Amino acid sequence: MTNTTVEQNTQPATERRANTPYVAPDVNIFEAPDAFYLEAEMPGVGKDGLEITVEDREITLLGRRHADAAPGQALVRESRAADYRRVFELDPDIDTARVTAKIDQGMVTVTLPKVEKVKPRKVLVE
Amino acid sequence: MNGLMKWRRPALGAWSGLNRLNIFDDEVAQQLLGTSLAALSHASDLLTGRVPALDVFEDKDNYVVKAELPGMKREDIQVSFHEGSLSISGERKSEQKHKDAEIYRAERYYGQFERTVTLPTAVAADKVSAQYKDGVLTVTLPKTEEAKPKQINVSVN
Repeated sequence: MTNTTVEQNTQPATERRANTPYVAPDVNIFEAPDAFYLEAEMPGVGKDGLEITVEDREITLLGRRHADAAPGQALVRESRAADYRRVFELDPDIDTARVTAKIDQGMVTVTLPKVEKVKPRKVLVE
Repeated sequence: MNGLMKWRRPALGAWSGLNRLNIFDDEVAQQLLGTSLAALSHASDLLTGRVPALDVFEDKDNYVVKAELPGMKREDIQVSFHEGSLSISGERKSEQKHKDAEIYRAERYYGQFERTVTLPTAVAADKVSAQYKDGVLTVTLPKTEEAKPKQINVSVN
């Protein structure tokens, strides 16, 4: 499949092959002049189930699905029961102290502001 | 772990292309692969998020259909029920939410989708209800009285 090679480049084999109980959410990442924005799809995760940690220039997104009881006997089950987890390395420009996140209808948006650069300043000559 | 490098989802899955070209007879595929091309294509579509994953449940009173639709607006989801079939359709729209931002990595799928489920027994069409919460659409379809299982008393003479 065409996808396989691409995936191997972007997701190290160790993470794929390890039989972890997690599934990696699909993400979009945007870069603006003053911030990065990360969007991750986590259907079935509410605000209570979302855990985001920033440590050692890495950000970890962890989404736990609701532990809802199945409404009866399952006839078809295509969704995956595993929780979501994915780790990203952070660009050195990101100000880790000001990272914020929100979740709306299973869509996580993380705002990663860049460190404010010192503006060029004219030096007065006396 | 992923670095922040540019990556875009390829436009087409290999299996759906194969399916469209109709290179194999589906019967041949069944024998070679033990599954139909349509099933393989569907599995590929599910993996790439091109169609939402569906779960169907049944208890004695209801069918419950759940669809994973993260980050949508309620008005972009259509649910209809016609002649015993439930249809969930809509469009996942790409919107420019971040000012002056360039895409760095694009894995999320945008576009139209439709899933149809034919239910095995009669459903009270006027009592079908739907709820959208935490990116999951839940449709509850109550069975008609005739379709519910009934206990029959055995009388002993």
